Amino acid sequence: MSVKKISKTQPELFEFTQDNLKKVRKEIDKYPKDRKASAVIALLYLVQNQNDNWIPLVAIKYVANLLNMPYIKVFEVATFYSMFNLTPVGKYFVQVCTTTPCMIRGANKLTTICKNLISKNQNELSENKLCSWMEVECLGACVNAPMMQINQDYFEDLDENKTKEIFETILNDQFPKPGSAKNRKNNAPENGKTTLLEVKNA
Amino acid sequence: MPKIIINNKEIEFEEGMTVLQACELAGEEIPRFCYHERLSIAGNCRMCLVEMEKSPKPIASCAMPATEGMKIKTNTSLVDKARKGVMEFLLANHPLDCPVCDQGGECDLQDQSLFYGLDSSRYTESKRQVDEKYMGPLIKTQMTRCIHCTRCIRFATEVAGIPELGATGRGEDMEITTYLEKSMESELSANVIDLCPVGALTSKPYAFEARPWELKKTETIDVMDAVGSNIRVDSYGWEVKRVLPRINEDINEEWISDKTRYSCDGLLKQRLDTPLIRENGKLQKTSWDIALKLLIKKINLFKPDQIAGMVGDLADLEMIYSFKSFFNNILRSENLECRNDRIYINPKERMNYIFNSKINGIEESDLILLVGTNPRLEATILNARIRKAYVKNQIKIYSIGDPGDLTYPCEYLGSSTSIIKEILSGSNKISEKIKKSKKPIIILGESSLYGEKGKYIFESLKSFLEENNFLKEDWNALNVLSQQASRVGAIDLEAYSISEENNFKFFDKLHNNEFKFIYLLGQDNINFEKNDKFIVYQGSHGDKGAEIADIILPGAAYTEKDGLFINLEGKLQRAYKASYPPGDAREDWVIFKDLSNIMNKKSEYNNIQKLKELIKKSVNLKINKNNIKTNKVDFVEENILIKPMDYYYTNPISRASKVMSECRQISKKFLFTGVEKAS
Repeated sequence: MSVKKISKTQPELFEFTQDNLKKVRKEIDKYPKDRKASAVIALLYLVQNQNDNWIPLVAIKYVANLLNMPYIKVFEVATFYSMFNLTPVGKYFVQVCTTTPCMIRGANKLTTICKNLISKNQNELSENKLCSWMEVECLGACVNAPMMQINQDYFEDLDENKTKEIFETILNDQFPKPGSAKNRKNNAPENGKTTLLEVKNA
Repeated sequence: MPKIIINNKEIEFEEGMTVLQACELAGEEIPRFCYHERLSIAGNCRMCLVEMEKSPKPIASCAMPATEGMKIKTNTSLVDKARKGVMEFLLANHPLDCPVCDQGGECDLQDQSLFYGLDSSRYTESKRQVDEKYMGPLIKTQMTRCIHCTRCIRFATEVAGIPELGATGRGEDMEITTYLEKSMESELSANVIDLCPVGALTSKPYAFEARPWELKKTETIDVMDAVGSNIRVDSYGWEVKRVLPRINEDINEEWISDKTRYSCDGLLKQRLDTPLIRENGKLQKTSWDIALKLLIKKINLFKPDQIAGMVGDLADLEMIYSFKSFFNNILRSENLECRNDRIYINPKERMNYIFNSKINGIEESDLILLVGTNPRLEATILNARIRKAYVKNQIKIYSIGDPGDLTYPCEYLGSSTSIIKEILSGSNKISEKIKKSKKPIIILGESSLYGEKGKYIFESLKSFLEENNFLKEDWNALNVLSQQASRVGAIDLEAYSISEENNFKFFDKLHNNEFKFIYLLGQDNINFEKNDKFIVYQGSHGDKGAEIADIILPGAAYTEKDGLFINLEGKLQRAYKASYPPGDAREDWVIFKDLSNIMNKKSEYNNIQKLKELIKKSVNLKINKNNIKTNKVDFVEENILIKPMDYYYTNPISRASKVMSECRQISKKFLFTGVEKAS
């Protein structure tokens, strides 16, 4: 589960950037005028993208005013969905899958590296405040286990060295290349194709 | 009408009913927590499960619409087992603290677990822990007891119009809270206490005061505003412990305002329990005999013209009638007044000072025009009706004078009397809309009738409505919103002094210092200088009136006597005695009888029955009077400013109440409601 505790340190101001405002307009336009509130999840997502993966209270008020909703209704939505964070989680938010297939393939090694390199406990910011990590349930990439998600991207087929490498990159404030560590295309067999050999793009 | 078969019994039901309602028609009681007649359907407690033919699983009857030919069973072992299962889940996290819970004895969960609860729990894990939430000075929370029925959320959003409550988190982490735990900003907030089926939301002022079975319950009438909400007063010995709403579909449905509910602790404080006389500037205790004799001695010093009487806001008809009879027949004075300020009244016919469309009628209306009134504060329950009409029929509401947030959208037209002139001449767009609507309502508040403009506003709007045929038997669009419980009754009993040309004769005389002796009958909202006047105060509380009085006679408060009240619609209602007056205090009509006896003059009545007969006679006289034309009135250019109202401090009882003071403090901090505007 995500962090539903409300952060004690809150920014004083939140406003969408011009780019995001355009996206906001687009989202709101999808719904009839008197059903503006339907765009609330999309807007909260935009807030999170803009604000280092978390939603401050000012942003809740800001979204509520944009959509003409009572604060509590936006707050309800933000606390309901586990993908919304109400505490800072860092610019690089690492979610390590620890459900059965990943666990069998060594997810525990990944969490140990998280503990060593990022922070001792889950949901805790690293020393340079750039990232945090947490264990999550199945992210639906079992074929490429073990895996983790950083912000919007999947990092698959991980081993200890590759994970360390990724963490060192993000701790240096750079975004690593997502995808399989074994350079697999999507979830193709590890040792090359065995069937459908005659089909080119299979 | 469609038919449904419930437990092999065929019954007819109305289209649109749910299975639960149909079961009730059939006389089957269905247990429920989340379902409530006056709120939207949530269907989340699952307690109302019943068996339906062809359905593999039991269904939630509160959320299932009844249809023709449905076969429902409510008494099978499957239903029983299903409900027991639901109850076991509900009790899994519910603490076993009934012995220390205030809801004990009137708790839905307690009652229903008697039938569906297991004798012991199979749940061995530790129970859910939830922090206590702050919801203001009225609502005490104990959220571990919450079963997430969401009745409180639905009430706040739908009826009160203050979407401040919500459920955060989900699953086991779901919690009911206000946004960042601020106090609930509604005058109806305490109704969630009655709605809560468990002890999660209980009354803070009543916490640990008494058990429901120890209390004497008296069904009576509220006097905090002119609506006349039906209430039940629970008393323990002399003390009034709490006030609860009573269902009356025509008036308050089943809600009451916070002021009605929590002013009752004011009945214990600041009470006058013995006659007092002012000697050398200090009030001294004395006996009835001495006080009354002194009073008569003083009266004899003045001419009838110099003697005046003012009737207070909480007076019942017995009080007003005996007071008037004492003044007219014994003192030979006509200087009586029920108003406390220059508010225009036209008592020639009854429709001129009552709420003709009826509170119930608001729901049928298709257009409402508020003139100089803030119904949210002046008549909270009536405002809830307007909101109900808005939610149900999306009716348009307009206002002359800025009322602020009324919990529903209201178009502000401006705040000058010239808008009324425009409406009359037809140059304002509202004019056409009123003419086109079938059942318009025009509500005139005290602020619009105040001062010189009052006559113009009232008479011209009345003739406008008359011209457009809106003053008929079946629909009368003219409504005056009184704020005081005694007002309509006092006008019915003619406790005013006006002349054809001067509506404010009494006040002119008062401010010209023509009165030398003033008898205040529970009138505390006074705004005149004492100067050399001799003042007698008769009432229940040591408030503004008692402060300037030379003689104080202790009377009974509204819960301490039987009394008749006429509410703003002109409905006569009877209040019953729940407690008795403290110390030497007496019921007010007895005091006037004693006074006449001491003066050796015969009063019209000897006992309460005779008094009641006389009252009914004169009220009936008034009801049958109608069809009196008025002449044209001159235009008065003036601003209609809605007078700011100190909602929690309107009468001596609420001013004496500690709970009301707390509410007042908090309401001052938050100026806006719902979507907070200033932050």
